[in-house]
Amino acid sequence: MSKDKFDYYIEGKKNKYEVIIGLEVHAQVSSNSKLFSGSATKFGAEPNSQVSLIDSAFPGMLPVINKECINQAIRTGLGLNAKINNNSVFDRKNYFYADLPQGYQISQYKNPIVGEGKVLLDMPYGSKEIGIERLHLEQDAGKSIHDMDPTNTYVDLNRSGIALMEIVSKPDLRSPDEVNVYIKKLRTIMRYLGTCDGNMQEGSLRADVNVSVRKIGDKKLGTRCEIKNVNSIKFMQMAIEYESNRQVEMLDDGKKIDQETRLFDTKKNETRSMRSKEDAHDYRYFPDPDLLPLKIEQKLIDELKKTLPELPDNKKERFINDYGLNSYEANVLVSEKDISDYYEEVAKLSDKKLAATWMMGDLFAMLNDKGLNISNSPISAKNFAELVRSIKSGEISGRIAKEVFEIMVESGENPKKIIESKGMKQQSDPKELEKIINEILTKNKDKVDQYKSGKEKLFGFFVGQVMKQSGGKANPQLTNEILKKLLKG
Amino acid sequence: MSIDKDKIKHISKLARISIDSKKSDLLAKDLTSIFKFIEQLNELNTDKVEPLSSILNTPLRSREDKIDDGKIREKILKNSPKNNEEFFVVPKVIE
Repeated sequence: MSKDKFDYYIEGKKNKYEVIIGLEVHAQVSSNSKLFSGSATKFGAEPNSQVSLIDSAFPGMLPVINKECINQAIRTGLGLNAKINNNSVFDRKNYFYADLPQGYQISQYKNPIVGEGKVLLDMPYGSKEIGIERLHLEQDAGKSIHDMDPTNTYVDLNRSGIALMEIVSKPDLRSPDEVNVYIKKLRTIMRYLGTCDGNMQEGSLRADVNVSVRKIGDKKLGTRCEIKNVNSIKFMQMAIEYESNRQVEMLDDGKKIDQETRLFDTKKNETRSMRSKEDAHDYRYFPDPDLLPLKIEQKLIDELKKTLPELPDNKKERFINDYGLNSYEANVLVSEKDISDYYEEVAKLSDKKLAATWMMGDLFAMLNDKGLNISNSPISAKNFAELVRSIKSGEISGRIAKEVFEIMVESGENPKKIIESKGMKQQSDPKELEKIINEILTKNKDKVDQYKSGKEKLFGFFVGQVMKQSGGKANPQLTNEILKKLLKG
Repeated sequence: MSIDKDKIKHISKLARISIDSKKSDLLAKDLTSIFKFIEQLNELNTDKVEPLSSILNTPLRSREDKIDDGKIREKILKNSPKNNEEFFVVPKVIE
């Protein structure tokens, strides 16, 4: 990922191709209850315990829309710099499947709640804008479980009716790397806004991936295939890689690509046609007679706009301008709101640059090791800031700081206390240091002579002896200076 | 628009209704004449008219984001022809 030039092309037998990717991301709306019913949306509940008569499509039940889901869609639209449509319509998308009790999904077809927007990606070869085609609200389906019984499928309707936002990108993505960055960026934006938790393991974020290829220089888009319901970034990347190579091979063999829906088999690492879906493409959309058109007052949009948090792009710029971070550091520190909050608390109380370095180094490595995240870090932001201050002031050396850090992780204690009680303060008194150094030089007269006769490598040996003698507490810079001075004499 | 036998077959498949061949002839004829009747509307010029999805002038009713439903598994599964007290059970459907 450290390339500074875009170079994702596929070399076929005859021609060189570029890969065109568009994503339809399904993001679960963060809300207490479902889009059209009062059932809970909590993940991992007892099967079929969060199902109302509406979610299971009992006759005569009418959907009533959840206000918060509308607000969440508007917030997300604003976060994507998109146009919010004052008028939108809910339609029925008709198809038969065991986990869709209504026989149709309530979705939005011609008039979505959110129109065109854009997302900025930070790629190693520069910043790239990805167009958003639209965002619409729709219901999720239930879950079919195929592996609990040899002859039957079990259906859990807990997910049935939960609100989803389908975010459709323009075909602006050109490589698996860009897809990776795009999904992460969407996720970050939605997590900042609190509109989707972005938890891919729990299925809160899934995507249909549209892939086509075209010869370099061609203007016209090739025929695309849609890979359905991929639920991890890694699988999306693998599916794109496989699918684009398959298409290139076909084209170079003079074959035609059929527009079709395909499935990514994660075990075999290949995509294959879902023939059974062919007929189902005839969804017979029509406006849902149970629901009136959705009118959104400009006033509501303006009010929601005022309550939006600072978004990652703006925060990144502020970190660069106000805190003197480089683009890479800023990117990492704004990637999660919890991380940026922690960093800001630390930066407020200590050196901003040093805080970033230590956070991205030792703190992240430790959290990663222990499988924790910043919100349950054993080291509080306040204590971490104190540690950074002690390093900056020269009270402790970087090496000792690592020891203090370890103790902080174990005990959660204040670093000042640790440094004091363990006597870890850096030895920065020149007189004290001179005394130690003189002792060492006297003890190692032979080595001093060798040094003076040109074996300058021995300098490291003397430094090591000083460190050993002082229990690692000698101020390294001062030690160097004094050593040099005394060795000359 | 004229509806032929193939179209009837396609629609019935989508709707999961089985229709025998005799009946589909009859339906094709019926539907063709129904469409003919409706197509009279095409004579009107609607170039400058926005599509209408509801004739009611009331706003869409909404509710607060509160959990006040669900937790009626027993009741819901009672109406399933086959269940195992936790799930709806249907014949194996697999891609």
